Amino acid sequence: MSDEANKGLLSPLRRKLLMGMAAVPAITMLPPASFAQAPATSAVNTTGLAVTDTEVTVGILHSATGTMAISETGSIEAEKLAIEQINAMGGVLGRKIKFIQEDGASDWPTFAEKAKKLLVNDKVAAIMGCWTSASRKAVLPVMEQYNGMLYYPTFYEGLEQSKNVIYTGQEATQQILAGLNWIAKEKGAKTFFFIGSDYIWPRTSNKIARKHVENVLKGKVVGEEYYALGSTQFNSVINKIKLTKPDVIFTDVVGGSNVAFYKQLKAAGIDLAKQPLLTISVTEDEIDGIGGENIAGAYACMKYFQSLDNPNNKAFVPAFKKAWGEKTVIGDVTQAAYLGPWLWKLTVEKAGSFDVDKIAAASPGVEFKGAPEGYVRIHENHHLWSKTRVGRAKLDGQFELIYETADLVEPDPFPKGYQ
Amino acid sequence: MTDNRFFNRSELIGILVLAVFLVVVLPLTLDVFRLNLVAKYLTYAFVALGLVICWGYGGILSLGQGVFFGLGGYCMAMFLKLEASSVENTKIQSTPGIPDFMDWNQITALPFFWKPFNSLTFTIAAIILVPGIFAWIIGTAMFKRRVGGTYFAIITQAVAAILTILIVGQQGYTGGINGMTDLRTLKGWDIRPDHAKIVLYFFEVGCLFVCIMIAQFVRHSKLGRILVAMREKEDRVRFSGYSVANFKIFAFCIAAMFAAIGGAMFALNVGFMSPSFVGIVPSIEMVIYTAVGGRLSILGAIYGTLLVNFAKTSLSETFPELWLFGLGGLFIAVVLAFPNGLAGIWGDYVQPRIDRLIASRKSKPDGWTDSSVADGAPAE
Repeated sequence: MSDEANKGLLSPLRRKLLMGMAAVPAITMLPPASFAQAPATSAVNTTGLAVTDTEVTVGILHSATGTMAISETGSIEAEKLAIEQINAMGGVLGRKIKFIQEDGASDWPTFAEKAKKLLVNDKVAAIMGCWTSASRKAVLPVMEQYNGMLYYPTFYEGLEQSKNVIYTGQEATQQILAGLNWIAKEKGAKTFFFIGSDYIWPRTSNKIARKHVENVLKGKVVGEEYYALGSTQFNSVINKIKLTKPDVIFTDVVGGSNVAFYKQLKAAGIDLAKQPLLTISVTEDEIDGIGGENIAGAYACMKYFQSLDNPNNKAFVPAFKKAWGEKTVIGDVTQAAYLGPWLWKLTVEKAGSFDVDKIAAASPGVEFKGAPEGYVRIHENHHLWSKTRVGRAKLDGQFELIYETADLVEPDPFPKGYQ
Repeated sequence: MTDNRFFNRSELIGILVLAVFLVVVLPLTLDVFRLNLVAKYLTYAFVALGLVICWGYGGILSLGQGVFFGLGGYCMAMFLKLEASSVENTKIQSTPGIPDFMDWNQITALPFFWKPFNSLTFTIAAIILVPGIFAWIIGTAMFKRRVGGTYFAIITQAVAAILTILIVGQQGYTGGINGMTDLRTLKGWDIRPDHAKIVLYFFEVGCLFVCIMIAQFVRHSKLGRILVAMREKEDRVRFSGYSVANFKIFAFCIAAMFAAIGGAMFALNVGFMSPSFVGIVPSIEMVIYTAVGGRLSILGAIYGTLLVNFAKTSLSETFPELWLFGLGGLFIAVVLAFPNGLAGIWGDYVQPRIDRLIASRKSKPDGWTDSSVADGAPAE
């Protein structure tokens, strides 16, 4: 009796509330329902990676602190943006990507330690990370031992190939040869002066460049000088340049040294509009520090410039600026870092699995048509087929595209005749 | 009964507690990955232990312990690198059979000073002797001329900077800024898998206790007392007829050798050695470990090292972009509030309470014997 009476007392509002509460479980059940076609976790993850029915975890491993932070921040931002965009499109195999960010602190052993933590403790399905060759060399044994998957964004010296790494930047021959060919043809250059920072990447790059100049272009290297990382005194080499009058100055000076180098070059009266200079180490990020007025006229050999005019890039640049601020600039490596999560997603979908072995096997042939640099494809050697481009630095810190190879350049990390 | 040439009773309890902590508690509670991290932290504990003798007791502040850590580490790494660079492993190179970084730098034959490192016996001797002799040379040059205090600290910093530049610059011979990576086996025994990490951890803990015993012996010997006397009033010791310089050189050499053992352990446990452990910044960090733990306490320095490194790892994992501020805050707090570090907190606040507790127990003899207290068993 009393039950009957109470029923009658239910106000319309209360009734609505009750109905709303009844709907709560239905709502919480919605996401799995919408991913109904997602394959079962047991099928796509046979090696115990951090994959659930709704989520997959990846690692981001760059220097957020220390001297390299200035360079690596762009990569972190690009990777986060890519992950966000992939999630907005429904994720990978019906699973949202969750990331764990670790700080390599510009310290190579820390990179190794954090990589190990990501693989062993967090069981991440892939790691987007590393920047310097030293950090990659430190991380590589860890990746191979614990069978992880690393997407490495930086252009680098080559001489390496691993099942556990996808190199989304260019290796040395991809970056150098087409640029040298172009400048030899365009400027009739015969004599070259090499200046680099003193570590493995510039030394290997210059070794390759020297062989190419001497054996292929039949030119001459009139000087080759190295400066310690962080060095700021370039006056003696600038005097040598003035004495030898090379047709082309070819540089791979890295980091903060660039600021001093280009300022001193300008102060010494070397006008880059008349003296061709080809760099393989200055991107839009570095020009931010150097100042457009100090480097305007120099040629840079890269695969990506922020100013590239193609539909993909026209969507990418505004999205990046929207996420990270109007003033951010996008350099070559930042773009390559953006490719990492996308290539991983496409490979996972091709393999139909998150298992590292299957991804490593499925990687060759994976193509990404939405890359800001244009079309890229993964080669058997886990490097990317991509175009080489030459740009000329402008006063506003951007590059003007001068030349690009007609076809994709094949990656060749162990170039015959160049070692 | 428990007072001897190594330790008194409370020190014995402290060492036993540390032993239980390192040998039983940590291996049982941590997975292999975290245990390997502890092994890495403990490599710095060797350095901190050396600093207690050299700085805490001898009053010689060295800001260049990274040099000796690095020398020991590089000696070990050279041996391991040679073993990892067998002709078979390196056939992809232009010159197979030499370390990969030499090949990249167009070196075609193994340099002469690398050759002895094919022998493990030579390597072990080198780990102790190279830094020991180097410290003896620096010590003799400085202390015989009565250079001390701040000037000595500055010179050790300069040495650290010089060695870093040398290693980075001579990359064909040293691996440059990349360091020596991809160390794999020790006499054919793979040092990378989990079970090897556990063996290496216990081996390292064993070595650490040997070093603790040496430190305790120095501390309780007449030598230790002279060191303290020197720290407090150097001239008085000199006028009493002691050769102050020789004692200082001795303390500095001991600290250097401890640091070198730590470095060698680092190369073994981490599988890696690079100039980033040699320079000024890591050297100062090592002094900070000792300061946080308490520079007068052998055990305090070890706990301090563990604490700081643990904080470093966990803060950087939790706050990848802000962790340095947290760590900096920790240092400032410790130095401002507790100038004698963790050991100071223990000695000033905890120990007196325990003593009082024990004293009050002793005053009522019914049922309580000395032995139960000596075992450190908690009451009831």
